[in-house]
Amino acid sequence: MFPASKMPNKQPPRKQSINIGRGARKRDEDSGTEVGEGADEWAQSKATVRPPDQLELTDAELKEEFTRILTANNPHAPQNIVRYSFKEGTYKFIGIVNQMAVHFSHVGNLIPRDSDEGRRQHYRDKLAAVSYQGSQESTKVAISETEILEEEEPKEAETEAGSQTDMPAAEAAEKVTEEELMTPKQPKEQKLTNQFNFSERASQTINNPLRDRECQMEPPPRTNFSATANQWEIYDAYVEELEKQEKTKEKEKAKTPVAKKVGKIAMRKMASIESQSDDITKVTQAAKIMERMVNQNTFDDIAQDFKYYEDAADEYRDQEGTLLPLWKFQNDKAKHLAVTALCWNPKYKDLFAVGHGSYDFMKQSRGMLLFYSMKNPSFPEYSFSSESGIMCLDIHVDHPYLVVVGHYDGNVAIYNLKKPHSQPSFRSSAKSGKHTDPVWQVRWQKDDMDNNLNFFSVSSDGRIVSWTLLKSELVHTDVIKLKVEGSTTDGLNGLQLHTVGCGTAFDFHKEIDYMFLVGTEEGKIYKCSKSYSSKFLDTYDAHNMAVDAVSWNPYHSKVFMSCSSDWTVKIWDHTIKTPMFIYDLNSAVGDVAWAPYSSTVFAAVTTNGKAHVFDLSINKYEAICNQPVVAKKKNKITHVQFNPVYPIIIVGDDRGHVTCLKLSPNLRKMPKEKKGQEVQKGPAVEIAKLDKLLNLVREVKTKT
Amino acid sequence: MAEVEETLKRIQSHKGVVGTMVVNAEGIPIRTTLDNSTTVQYSGLLHQLTMKAKSTVRDIDPQNDLTFLRIRSKKHEIMVAPDKEYLLIVIQNPCE
Repeated sequence: MFPASKMPNKQPPRKQSINIGRGARKRDEDSGTEVGEGADEWAQSKATVRPPDQLELTDAELKEEFTRILTANNPHAPQNIVRYSFKEGTYKFIGIVNQMAVHFSHVGNLIPRDSDEGRRQHYRDKLAAVSYQGSQESTKVAISETEILEEEEPKEAETEAGSQTDMPAAEAAEKVTEEELMTPKQPKEQKLTNQFNFSERASQTINNPLRDRECQMEPPPRTNFSATANQWEIYDAYVEELEKQEKTKEKEKAKTPVAKKVGKIAMRKMASIESQSDDITKVTQAAKIMERMVNQNTFDDIAQDFKYYEDAADEYRDQEGTLLPLWKFQNDKAKHLAVTALCWNPKYKDLFAVGHGSYDFMKQSRGMLLFYSMKNPSFPEYSFSSESGIMCLDIHVDHPYLVVVGHYDGNVAIYNLKKPHSQPSFRSSAKSGKHTDPVWQVRWQKDDMDNNLNFFSVSSDGRIVSWTLLKSELVHTDVIKLKVEGSTTDGLNGLQLHTVGCGTAFDFHKEIDYMFLVGTEEGKIYKCSKSYSSKFLDTYDAHNMAVDAVSWNPYHSKVFMSCSSDWTVKIWDHTIKTPMFIYDLNSAVGDVAWAPYSSTVFAAVTTNGKAHVFDLSINKYEAICNQPVVAKKKNKITHVQFNPVYPIIIVGDDRGHVTCLKLSPNLRKMPKEKKGQEVQKGPAVEIAKLDKLLNLVREVKTKT
Repeated sequence: MAEVEETLKRIQSHKGVVGTMVVNAEGIPIRTTLDNSTTVQYSGLLHQLTMKAKSTVRDIDPQNDLTFLRIRSKKHEIMVAPDKEYLLIVIQNPCE
């Protein structure tokens, strides 16, 4: 350490000399107290001695004060040590540098008594003392000690080479002391060999008392959520997205504020209705399917028969066939009403329409229109009721949801199955030209040039009327007025009165659109054209009683068939005035129908409850099937229809029941293929078949 | 609404039908003609089975969907008609 302040060298010589003197004195004091008394003597002799190389300074310079600041910093310590900092990736100054300066270090040779080394020495002293008592012991000890010494020597050698510690010096000293101790000293008290008698000291601070502090909130409401992620769930999500997008697109397209408003209101209403309505309505679809399944279970055998049963006995029956009864359709509401019309739906092959009314002039009551499906024989799919009996019906080919019916009171009506009303969509009235007598037949026609729906109706009042559906009204046009030929009488004032004929049936030609046949109550059949309103193209004296039905052959364009209450069924070629075939069935014939699969097969039903099926290619003179179909006696069959696809027919009777029958294989015979030839199918074959027959007949006729 | 009620009534009064029940999407019966314990049992079990069947059908082809499920056992036939939100279950004894 440097003195606090240095005396400047530029003091006047006098002082300097005093200083020198003092400094010399101080030195003397330091070294010893010997020179203390001689200080006064020295002070008296004021000899200013100036060294020759002393610096010459001016007074001002001499007076100048220099400030020296005493700090604890070591001026020799480096101030610019840098270390590489891995954190920052640069060299950085080290802030704190070791300021210690060592001036002198000396290794001492004192060892504390309590330390390991001290104790060891102590122990050796004791041993040395013990060795004095017995020579053997001493030698042993000596041996052990030399051993120890030997051990220590290499240790010494090692440690001396190492750091500057007290150890080597101490050991060297130890060695020396041991040698000294070995001979003179007495054995000391034997200390306990356990050198670990140590004392332990501990203290404990006051522990702070622990206190628990807790805080608890209300737990957030929790719900369990679980879901599965399947391929189909992902698919569903995509489909929903797509629908939403399409909806937004549609909304953008239809941009009228009024429409939007209406739409919104409708939407709101819909939403409110949905929320209010009972949940059960959503089960409609499922309930419908279930009902059909339940029915299928109950009528399981019938369903199986319908699908798979082919009467094997037909092989042995030569040419006859049978009709297998399948389902029976009846409804309580239509219990006392006769079946007045039957029609298969052109689109859904299992759906058919039944019209109920009454043929009895005296007992006229209400009417019903029912739609049955073969899948559910116990309950109709649709049902409509009307005040007046339904006499006829027809289903539109292109729009299978539109049904036109003709009533006993002369009205015609159109029902739309898509709409949930139980009332007809359109209805004629007295103003709009309804018939004055029952409407016996209605038929849909092709849409006219303005794409309006139109249909024809024929009635006993002698008019054949064409109805057109213009926007929302039925407009009628009288096409033809049936006149009984040769019955014009001269009335008063030269007026010519015509007796009006009563039309009871008609049928339109399949290919020649304008041509159609009308059957009348008088038994005549007129061939008419839509374009000529007063003249008939041709007249056939068909029957003795009213003509109940006329029907063109579905394949052959020249052949048609008629039936009547005079017990006969006649088949005609429209170019020839006389019938080709005549069949007498012993009972009034209610209806005839051609089979859709063959040009030579047809069925006729009679009022005695029998169904007759004819196949002209097999047997020209007799029916190949002659079977009572309805259960009770006095049950007249009123109508028959072939299913366009399946080999079944439906038969309606005057008790309101409809029975479904399956045709046995014999009745459905297709022309046999000759060996080596291909099986020809199609209308051409059918036509050819019939032609062949007709030719035979014609030949016979020309002969007779 | 009345139409559905009528249909369900007709199904219930059909020949051989033992019971009808309507179950909602979570397997809870809404309407039933059987006693409580039977209903609960049927609804729980059939609901699971229907879900499994539906999942199976859709896994094979996601555009397909289950329309009807019939289980015929010795004693009777269980028919399940699944709907979007509901399940209609009918137990019938097919008359033989």
